[in-house]
Amino acid sequence: MAEASNPAAIRAEAIESLLIEKGLITAAEVDEVVERYNERIGPLNGARVVARAWRDAAFKQALLEDATAAVAPFEFEGGQTEKLVVVENTATVHNVVVCTLCSCYPWAMLGLPPRWYKDPAYRSRIVREPRRVLAEFGVQLEPDVEVRVWDSSAEVRYLVLPQAPVNAAQLADDELVARVTRDAMIGVERFV
Amino acid sequence: MDGIHDLGGKEGFGAVVREADEPVFHARWESRVFGLNLVGAGGAARNRDHFRHAIERIDPVAYLTHGYYGRWLGGVETMIVEAGILDTAAITGRALELGASPDDRIASQPSSKPDHVDYEPLEPGNRRLVTAPARFRTGDRVRTCDRGTRGHTRLPGYARGRRGIVVAMHDGWVYPDTNAHGRGENPQHLYTVAFEGVELWGPEAESRVVVHLDLFEPYLERSDG
Repeated sequence: MAEASNPAAIRAEAIESLLIEKGLITAAEVDEVVERYNERIGPLNGARVVARAWRDAAFKQALLEDATAAVAPFEFEGGQTEKLVVVENTATVHNVVVCTLCSCYPWAMLGLPPRWYKDPAYRSRIVREPRRVLAEFGVQLEPDVEVRVWDSSAEVRYLVLPQAPVNAAQLADDELVARVTRDAMIGVERFV
Repeated sequence: MDGIHDLGGKEGFGAVVREADEPVFHARWESRVFGLNLVGAGGAARNRDHFRHAIERIDPVAYLTHGYYGRWLGGVETMIVEAGILDTAAITGRALELGASPDDRIASQPSSKPDHVDYEPLEPGNRRLVTAPARFRTGDRVRTCDRGTRGHTRLPGYARGRRGIVVAMHDGWVYPDTNAHGRGENPQHLYTVAFEGVELWGPEAESRVVVHLDLFEPYLERSDG
């Protein structure tokens, strides 16, 4: 297969096979982890939380005050959210999340991050020229909008609560959930 | 450490390249490396700080060119070799049998005198009770320390020696700066500090930008202005 010519693929196989031969890991336990993140953990979790906050003012308030507690009843798996903070976009505030030192990301809410989130271009630029980077993503912010960048360098994980679409009241619950994108919850997309 | 990983504010990387309908993993090997680390890398992975510092120490050229899971591979191999579980020659020998080229760039740069991270986390997760009272409160003006460290830290280079305001308190957490090196969990108070763009980037900063960082108490001192 094509992968056989990739040095990283070969080296990964070398390490895995040697650890298996030493009896330190099994292929099955690695398979189980991969399946969990491939199939069960993804941005739908965060979307359900955001859609509920758009519908339910009390839930939204609880989410903004203590997101860790507010999402606990959802029982999401996936880790990386021992403390979650949700930051709200408004007409005058836009929030965007990054991890400049590695690639910290609220896995349990959004799944594993997209490649661009982990690449040097985004990590280097979004703290220094966020308006310009956001414009490249299609988010044009008026000068009076404050940009709040959250460089999640420690253990707290951040999720952006986007502004609700203007027709939110007309949408059914599942339609509303479908409107919530991963990028909006990172803060590189805006609906209004 | 002043490594290539400390990317905030570095210039010259160009446009952010996005991919439509991106899969979770782009190749099977990426998923194997991910899984290998999550199952503990054969007993080599002690804690998340230890793993992060292993990634920070890989070959900087590989850091920029091998992609995210290439960096993970370098970190996983570093931990495994430094723990004495496998040696580099054995891994390279097996890779050559599997079709590797002797010229392949190897991301891992294990230390010949590695830290001994000889304990498991003392409790699940990273939150810990800190009995000492917090030195700072929301609204306090603080300044970050202006020196680098040779080891692991969560204070990015771009925010060294900068003034900001505490906007949130997060109680106590394992201190990555010692835990990464096997020098104890040493929990510390954690704060969110807000920095004005102009404080970080000078007069060329974009207008109305505030950058927030979660910073441990030892990074901070009181600032009067």
